[in-house]
Amino acid sequence: MNASGAASLEVAAMSKRFGANIALADVAMRVPAGTLHALLGENGAGKSTLVKCIIGSYRADRGDVLLDGREVVINGPRAARALGLGMVYQHFTLVGGMTVAENMVMARPDIPAIVNWRAERRALEDFMARMPFRVPLDRRVSTLAAGQKQKVEILKLLYLGCRFLILDEPTAVLTPTEADEVLRFLRGLVAENKLTVLMITHKFREVTAYADAVTVLRRGKLAGAGAVRDLTPETMAAMMVGTTLAPARADREPARGQPTRLAIQALCATRDDGLLALREVSLSVGGGEIVGIAGVSGNGQRELVEVLAGQRRAAAGAIRIDDQPFRFTRAEIRRHGVRCLPEEPLANAGVARMTVAENLALRDFDAPPLAARGIWLDRTAMRAAARLRIADYAIRPPDPDAPLGSLSGGNVQRAILARELSGEVRVLIVANPCFGLDFTAAADIRARLMQARNHGVAVLLVSEDLDEIQELADRILVMAGGRIAYESSAAEADLAAIGMAMAAH
Amino acid sequence: MLSFTLALGAPTPTRRRWFGRLAEAWALPLLALTAALVAFGAFIAAFGVNPLAAAALIWRGAFGTWFSLQNTLQKAAPLLLTGLAMALPARAGLMIIGGEGALVIGGLACAVIGPALAGFADSAGGALMAQTLMLACGMAAGALWLMIPGALRHWRGVNETISSLLLNTIAIAVLNQLVEGPLRDPMSLNKPSTTPLSPALMLGHVPGLSVHVGLAFGLILCIGAGVLMQRTSFGFATGINGGNPRAAQMVGIDVGRLILIACALAGACAGLAGATEVAAVQGSATASLAAGYGYSGILVAFLARHNPFAIIPVAVLLGGIAASDGLLQRHLDLPDATVAVLQGFVFIAVLAAETFSGRLRLWRGGRRDG
Repeated sequence: MNASGAASLEVAAMSKRFGANIALADVAMRVPAGTLHALLGENGAGKSTLVKCIIGSYRADRGDVLLDGREVVINGPRAARALGLGMVYQHFTLVGGMTVAENMVMARPDIPAIVNWRAERRALEDFMARMPFRVPLDRRVSTLAAGQKQKVEILKLLYLGCRFLILDEPTAVLTPTEADEVLRFLRGLVAENKLTVLMITHKFREVTAYADAVTVLRRGKLAGAGAVRDLTPETMAAMMVGTTLAPARADREPARGQPTRLAIQALCATRDDGLLALREVSLSVGGGEIVGIAGVSGNGQRELVEVLAGQRRAAAGAIRIDDQPFRFTRAEIRRHGVRCLPEEPLANAGVARMTVAENLALRDFDAPPLAARGIWLDRTAMRAAARLRIADYAIRPPDPDAPLGSLSGGNVQRAILARELSGEVRVLIVANPCFGLDFTAAADIRARLMQARNHGVAVLLVSEDLDEIQELADRILVMAGGRIAYESSAAEADLAAIGMAMAAH
Repeated sequence: MLSFTLALGAPTPTRRRWFGRLAEAWALPLLALTAALVAFGAFIAAFGVNPLAAAALIWRGAFGTWFSLQNTLQKAAPLLLTGLAMALPARAGLMIIGGEGALVIGGLACAVIGPALAGFADSAGGALMAQTLMLACGMAAGALWLMIPGALRHWRGVNETISSLLLNTIAIAVLNQLVEGPLRDPMSLNKPSTTPLSPALMLGHVPGLSVHVGLAFGLILCIGAGVLMQRTSFGFATGINGGNPRAAQMVGIDVGRLILIACALAGACAGLAGATEVAAVQGSATASLAAGYGYSGILVAFLARHNPFAIIPVAVLLGGIAASDGLLQRHLDLPDATVAVLQGFVFIAVLAAETFSGRLRLWRGGRRDG
């Protein structure tokens, strides 16, 4: 492709199905050159499929892609790149052990057998000089922050002559400050007509602040499109969900100041590779309050939740529940009412090959009424109890005998939540409960968490979604580098300080 | 992770899905068996042997006559127990292949205790007590032996398959050392063996059959293990750990205790097989105690998909194949390793069939609901 400057893209009548599942049905989209276009939709709406069809990773069943007004056939990502079409994925495709310069050279389609590093470096430096943002060329990628890695990914594609850039949830792993930096950077390039950007996102804040136009997908079909200045978040949300029904909300009841239920004192823990992940973390959660731990993933949150779930042994420190040392035995868990909803519930909290009914019974299978005298299982009672919970939490398909592994991610989440919120709950530890869920399901789960809090449960909420924490938490903590870097009540929380604390390494 | 899990019968009507899963559980192993038989047929056809004649002989040697049926049951008896020795830890998530070692250790324990109890051979009550004690010692020794790989795995992260395999080698070496050395009966000149048991202490036959009581032990323990695994909370907890140890940890299940109990039960079964081999068949421990029953038990357990109830028909099937060995050799002039070849085909076919589990279109209703 010899043309330079931003490219325009148009998609017409694109359809794709996987077996019986219709992922895209007759989707049309227009992205004029030199604009920043947002692609909105719930999980499963078809955004990733559409983008992968454009870039050539999937072959669409029907439909055309027009680049700069001319129809093109794209066989795969490499062919796409040759045409000036590039994609940045959510998970970085950089080689951590190599430097930035090496990564950028490696991405070229025509690397000679012997690389002339001096010439390459000069070309890179010239290129960087023209960019409004710099990244040190000789730093190893593994030492860069997530925001810098994201910029390297983008620069890499620009270096290859990309004129149309597709981004898949680019700010998911960034702090708010980093996210703004990257988006401002892209916005600048777009304004200079050097680049057209198509961004998959679900954050309305980003759409209204940076995007020119929006396309909304729902269940594989085009649900709406338009200029951002003509739309409000409410109308965009309505397009995504299909109704203007307000999602479930539970109101926050005034805090009643109950005594501390969960106390973590100077907790230290190591990761699997031996590095220290938790450095003397101390916090406490009282009954009837939600304590939210914000932070970018990878700062010790996963290890903290694993220790609290009994899946990782602490190296030092103490955990006390109801002011007694907690030893993670089944009897103590039952006595103190400790429940846990970890991230990736299928991998951490459920057994994929067991049925939904059996999974729902994991907490109480060894006591009456599900087991006579605690020994003889009563599977009929198990199934009956499961049916009640399936109905209450709208788990689909409503079959107690379906293996848990056959359910979709959202339904697995609901099933685990149904189990953990049943019975005598007094302490609840939750990690990223709404990850990968659609709008309505996420709102439903947040409402249930608020209800639990109102009923006096001590809730520790670990989340990478700052909006979620702000909505739900009574007190906000920030975890960075394995320590608590910030602590305040929600009313007095300072967003700028939180953002800075999140970025600290 | 979420996108590519293949559905096991997704949004289809409940009955069809139930039927589908049940059919899958039986049809896959049967298909595998058929494939193995066909492959075996091709194999011996290459030797110039008529495969159909071989098939007829296998049937006759396994189930054709009352005599061959009893022969089959005799050969199946130890497989029932060694199959359990593999299946029980497998349900708990441990791939322990130490049945052979536990069998040997159990037999050795029985052969050591037995001669010391010769004094009880006089009275019937005394003999019964002595037999019970011998078998109990065999079970205890096997249990302790198989708890070793389980403990090593839980507390030190040692791969249990490797450690149990190596413990087999150790057990056989210990057997040979003791049988040829300190425990050797000076009267056994050609074939070193321990002091033979007094005939009154030898185990008898199952009433009505000329098969020793080991068969009854095996059947009772298989049914007992099946009930334990499928109907009790202990079995449920074991299944949780076998399915996802992290989930077991999260709900507070004492994983260490569970592993040790599962290994102890497994080892007790294998130890009982060894003790029965000594007390019912051989009368003493010799080097031929390590006859490979433990390893055949691995095959039995996998074919039965680690379901104790299914071990019963599978053990009978493999016992039948082993029982037809003699006929194949004599009538068709095939080498004695031929039956091992058939066993090998069966094993490979069943393992390969496992990879199709849940993926065949017949039992899939389509992609799962988003």
